[in-house]
Amino acid sequence: MTGYVLRRCGQAIVVVLGVTLVTFLMLHTLPGNLARSIIGARATPQQIASFDQQYGLSRPLWYQYWTFLYQLAHGNLGFSFHLSRSVTSLLGSELPRDVILGGLSLVFAIVIAIPVGVIQAVNRNRLGDYFGTGASFVLYSMPTYALAIILIQILAISFHVFPAEAPQSSSTIGLFEHPSGLVLPVATLTLVTYAQFSRYMRSSAIETLAQDYIRTARATGLPERLVLWRHLLRNSLISVVTLIGVSVPVIITGTLIVEQVFNFSGAGLEYYNAALTNDYPVMLGVTVVVGLATVIGNLIADIGYALLDPRIRY
Amino acid sequence: MTVPQAVQTGGGPGPAAPADTERPGVRSSALRMILRTFVDNKLAIAGAAIILLITGFCFIGPLVYHTDQFNPNLLSTNLRPNASYPLGTDNNGFDILGRLMIGGQSSIEVGFAVAAIATSVGILYGAVSGYFGGAVDVVMMRVVDVGFSIPVVFLFIFASRVFQPTLALLILLLGFVSWLVPARLVRGETLALRVREYVQVVRTMGGGSPRIIFRHLIPNTIGPIVVTATFQVANAVLILATLQYLGFGLPPSEPTWGSMLSNGITYLQDGYWWEVYPALVIIVLTVVAFNFIGDALQDAFQVRLQRR
Repeated sequence: MTGYVLRRCGQAIVVVLGVTLVTFLMLHTLPGNLARSIIGARATPQQIASFDQQYGLSRPLWYQYWTFLYQLAHGNLGFSFHLSRSVTSLLGSELPRDVILGGLSLVFAIVIAIPVGVIQAVNRNRLGDYFGTGASFVLYSMPTYALAIILIQILAISFHVFPAEAPQSSSTIGLFEHPSGLVLPVATLTLVTYAQFSRYMRSSAIETLAQDYIRTARATGLPERLVLWRHLLRNSLISVVTLIGVSVPVIITGTLIVEQVFNFSGAGLEYYNAALTNDYPVMLGVTVVVGLATVIGNLIADIGYALLDPRIRY
Repeated sequence: MTVPQAVQTGGGPGPAAPADTERPGVRSSALRMILRTFVDNKLAIAGAAIILLITGFCFIGPLVYHTDQFNPNLLSTNLRPNASYPLGTDNNGFDILGRLMIGGQSSIEVGFAVAAIATSVGILYGAVSGYFGGAVDVVMMRVVDVGFSIPVVFLFIFASRVFQPTLALLILLLGFVSWLVPARLVRGETLALRVREYVQVVRTMGGGSPRIIFRHLIPNTIGPIVVTATFQVANAVLILATLQYLGFGLPPSEPTWGSMLSNGITYLQDGYWWEVYPALVIIVLTVVAFNFIGDALQDAFQVRLQRR
């Protein structure tokens, strides 16, 4: 067990290094003078010279990468000249909101997906199953922003139930001052994540129900309710762990879009604004953090998986 | 191991081609599986029909229904659906029905091209990685892991700021990030298959690695590959629509479904629903159709795998 965990952590570290390498290379795909791209069009020669020296742009590439890693390890994600802030401080103030948005959506999606998956598997091929599958199909096939806009159209514009814009406060706690503004963003992200989950949950629940031990449990006279509760649900937990690991990229991408549509201040929206203004340090900083979060999410999921299912040893 | 007795003393052709009925050739059984899916599964038929219709709509439609999608007609902007404009016009005076047709062309082209590129690259990568195993496999799969860790949209937005995107570039970029899934899949399958007896037989008979990979391992993974390829097309269409909406895809003057959506959304509050919902419906229909087919194929190959 410890061997597995150690190996898995070793893998994760390699992947993290890979992510930093990719991000570093992305930085160097920028055309023309790197200093000019980052500082902006109004860079003076002195600024460019000092930038070059500070970041060692005249040094060989591997040395630059080493400096880049060193900076990362010390929490320095770069400096945004457009916003006159360090990327670290920017993310520090924006990420907690993302965690709330993503975390809430993930929890709600799981809370909905598991029972619905079980119900669908049990009522397989009956009307409820078809309806549920159809609904999640459509959800799954819709672009996230389209779903968001339909929700806005129905709930915010036509019926004035919820506001169309997310709470605009600059602090994290301020988000909860107007919780009605949180409803639509969280609902959109939840539905999108649920759609991803539902496909997996249904097939996994059907597979589990076909297992021999379920048949045995039923044969021994165990009430159906207990069969579902004790055996199916427990095994669904394993699927949940896998889902959480897999869903991190989905949630992050979804967050970007939801934030843009609802003007929800967070790392995704910062990335989007940075892209519009060619603010590369912010873009790269967010990419590194997002990559890191994905790797950690997968690592936790894999370790959780190994804890739950003794048969899984890599 | 007994040498098969191929010599027939009685003359004549011998037992009539038992190879096909008792031990079906690998390729034909996968193909048969695919065809049977389309015959049995109603959703798959529906999906295929929808896709054929939409493809016809997008590529043959403009030949029949001529509209001008280049020159804005500022006299007829934001018109409701009526006799001369079946789906109304948008804020530039472009006929929406015609725009849907032409806009679909890029989406469908991107979808299929990306699926083709991603699947071919992925198959090759995964097969090599799974076949050789060991250190090669470890390194190659770590590369795939890194690829999975960086969300596609982020990578794309960055790339489209650095390089001005054309259709070809978009296809390349999308293929570049989409090959990861088939690669992982094929690698898993290859790992399982390379220990089979027939692989050992081929090696004993002097077959080299390329022969084993191309003639024996890859054809046996066709099933899941087809499933993945179908889902790739759906994903590509969705990602393209998302990028267009965010403004990071093709130039905004190009008609595409995603840009129609993002354009029309600003007019939703004015009640100009026809600028949004037709594009939305056709996107959803296309993606749902591909998902129907993909799911049906997946079910079919699942059963087959269980029977193995």
